[in-house]
Amino acid sequence: MIPALTPELILYATAIGLTTIGLAGVVLSVHLFRMVLSLVIAEAGVNLMLVLAGYRWDAVAPILTSLGEQPAMVDPVPQAMVLTAIVIGVGVQALAVSILIRIRQRYATLDRWEVAERMDADIAATAGTPRDVSQEAPLGERPLPPIPAKRVDPSGSES
Amino acid sequence: MTTIELWIALTLALMMLSAAVMVLLVKNHIAAVAAASVVSLGLALLFVLMRAPDVAMTEAAVGVGLSSLILALALRRLGLWEVDGKTVKPNPLSLNREKRDG
Repeated sequence: MIPALTPELILYATAIGLTTIGLAGVVLSVHLFRMVLSLVIAEAGVNLMLVLAGYRWDAVAPILTSLGEQPAMVDPVPQAMVLTAIVIGVGVQALAVSILIRIRQRYATLDRWEVAERMDADIAATAGTPRDVSQEAPLGERPLPPIPAKRVDPSGSES
Repeated sequence: MTTIELWIALTLALMMLSAAVMVLLVKNHIAAVAAASVVSLGLALLFVLMRAPDVAMTEAAVGVGLSSLILALALRRLGLWEVDGKTVKPNPLSLNREKRDG
């Protein structure tokens, strides 16, 4: 049976749909900036879901107007939490964007696989080890970078 | 919730979902940022319908205004700011930094 079109159904569908689209974008997108935008959308969906947790269709806004008998109010606690989450979300966006700027300055690309490739090569070059080319083969023993490498020849015998 | 509010919620929900899909599909990055801010704007209006006016005010100011501003400025910095197919170069400061790093 198809449920009737209630406001709660619409709002829950929107929240779940936004979260799903955002998470799918985070997982599937190739461009890193598109990934940040998908994170913004997933955040919006989660915020909507949290406010929806305290929602009643027959209630009024949680504002005290008189000290007498009060009508039913929606729950103000999730709203306060979401108020904090919105601001924290903008902070997370700013952090992600600054990391993107650093990545572009260093690797000159924002393609996900290309950045991973160059970062892997960079780490291998810094550690002085050959990099693993195969993604499927077992990793084997990969020496830990710089600290063991310095302990191998403490006498400075590398001429 | 009255019937008119139900229809408003339905319209906003469709708008937000289609804008969210557009963020992932559209090619231009400025358009993607604009679609993300459309999602935030619809969310602010839904908060008004859900009797949360304070959250709606914060979402409209921070989510639509500040977040879009940050993302658009980052687009300039990342060199993805394309208008009519022409890429506007990032500002001289970041160009100098790239030369220094590379």
